[in-house]
Amino acid sequence: MKPLNVLLNKLSFTKSLQLHRPKFKLTLLAVVIANLSACSNLGVEPWERDLLAKKEMALTSSPIDAALDDHIYFSKEASSGGKSFGGGGCGCN
Amino acid sequence: MNNLNKKVKDTITKPHKKISLKASLSLAASALLGTSAVTAPVSHAKPADEWQFDSAFLVYSEVDRVSATEAIIAGTKTFANDEVLNLKLTVDVLTGASANGAIAQPMAQTFTRPSGNGQYVTPAGETPLDDTFKDTRVQVNGQWAQPLSDNLTGSVGGHLSKEYDYLSLGANGNLAYDFNRNNSTISMGLSYFQDTFTPEGGIPKPLSSMLIGDSSSPDWDTEFAKTRIGDSDDKSTADILVGFTQVINRRMITAFNYSYSMVDGYLTDPFKVISVLNFDGIAQDHIYENRPDSRVKQSTFMQTKYHFDESLLNSVADVSYRYMWDDWGITSHTIDTRFTLPVGAASYIEPHIRYYQQSAADFFQPYVIGEQAKTAFVSADYRIGEMTAVTVGAKYGVVLNGGNELSFRIEYYRQMPTDAGFVDPNGLNGLDIYPVVEAVIAQVSYSF
Repeated sequence: MKPLNVLLNKLSFTKSLQLHRPKFKLTLLAVVIANLSACSNLGVEPWERDLLAKKEMALTSSPIDAALDDHIYFSKEASSGGKSFGGGGCGCN
Repeated sequence: MNNLNKKVKDTITKPHKKISLKASLSLAASALLGTSAVTAPVSHAKPADEWQFDSAFLVYSEVDRVSATEAIIAGTKTFANDEVLNLKLTVDVLTGASANGAIAQPMAQTFTRPSGNGQYVTPAGETPLDDTFKDTRVQVNGQWAQPLSDNLTGSVGGHLSKEYDYLSLGANGNLAYDFNRNNSTISMGLSYFQDTFTPEGGIPKPLSSMLIGDSSSPDWDTEFAKTRIGDSDDKSTADILVGFTQVINRRMITAFNYSYSMVDGYLTDPFKVISVLNFDGIAQDHIYENRPDSRVKQSTFMQTKYHFDESLLNSVADVSYRYMWDDWGITSHTIDTRFTLPVGAASYIEPHIRYYQQSAADFFQPYVIGEQAKTAFVSADYRIGEMTAVTVGAKYGVVLNGGNELSFRIEYYRQMPTDAGFVDPNGLNGLDIYPVVEAVIAQVSYSF
């Protein structure tokens, strides 16, 4: 029952968004600020970075693969970028 | 430069110190820059250790269509004050056939090549492909990053890419601010590209009919010129990227990006046409496509990486989602997942699944019927039509003696264009209007 309530709350929230756009922006801002301040509790001490320092934990662990993939999908699909710049750069077909 | 030569000579003359590929590249890179690296003497101890090179060779091959071969080498050098220089050279060669936008017909169809010199015939029932597609591209990238203060890092970069018929110049600048014991980072970047397209045969007149006939006839060139409006055209792309990265705990890191991209100028594909059908579905004409001269794209991107413990073999999960929307009416969802699984002490295997789904641009139509043809914007390029695409693959990497890494990647990419609700005339029954495109991606990488 609980998930249903959550869903209903979400739905009514969405509806109110459409009705009160400025309010929505304020709420969004509040949520973002709340998240940012919550973030100050997150994280690790410098000596706890053993795993995060590993290459496979880098957000882009293989920049070469990422560059090659970006080029392929830029040429074959209507979307590009998002993770990094979408850019121009080729007249690829 | 004499100094440089001397050091190379020293290296070569010393019998037990073979000049490695890495040392040669370090020297070359430094010589190009006219700077340092040589100060880390090549002839002593470890040759120019600070340069790290990543290289890759990739083959992208579509079934019956385009093949691309791409080679990349990138060098990264970290200087004493945490300044990082990255230089990258990319060369690729494209050959094969590319869909020209027209649809399959119950009879053979003749098309004029983009250059206007000669024609090609597509057999009955087959998707028309222009098989004259051939291009070589050389791209150079440079990026310089350095700390500006304790918590602030700045970087600037340049881009140059040249093809036979295309020139792209770009520059970018980024700032990243770390806070919360370096667990949180806010970043902002700007990039600008200026592209010039000089297609073979010139820029076609939008919505004009493709001239088909005897290209050796005396008045052919005059008639063909009437379908052209110029030799070249430009496009500019300005991107803003705002990002937030957060370390959640010892095993988890997340990233959120928002990007806004404005593209202005010539966004039409000069090689693409659209079939003009009669009410029975039989092609009467092929007209050159026409797209708006501006496009605003926005996207949000989220990524999480998680390092599992021993119970899951210390594997790393990488999951990301991108939502993109633009003012052409295209929206897209991209889910990308990788799972890095250590195998033994020095190797890993990395399965990869990518799911992509896009809606069609407002002006996308697989074909036009009769007088409907003269609408302002129209394109039959399946790449801006409704589509689902899936990539499935895996990478195997092994760390060799000395820390160099060799890896192999193989992937299967499948594009499945779908019908966005067009009601086909009877004459198209049994013809594949939305052909599937399949490709294999094979790559070998070596980092040293």
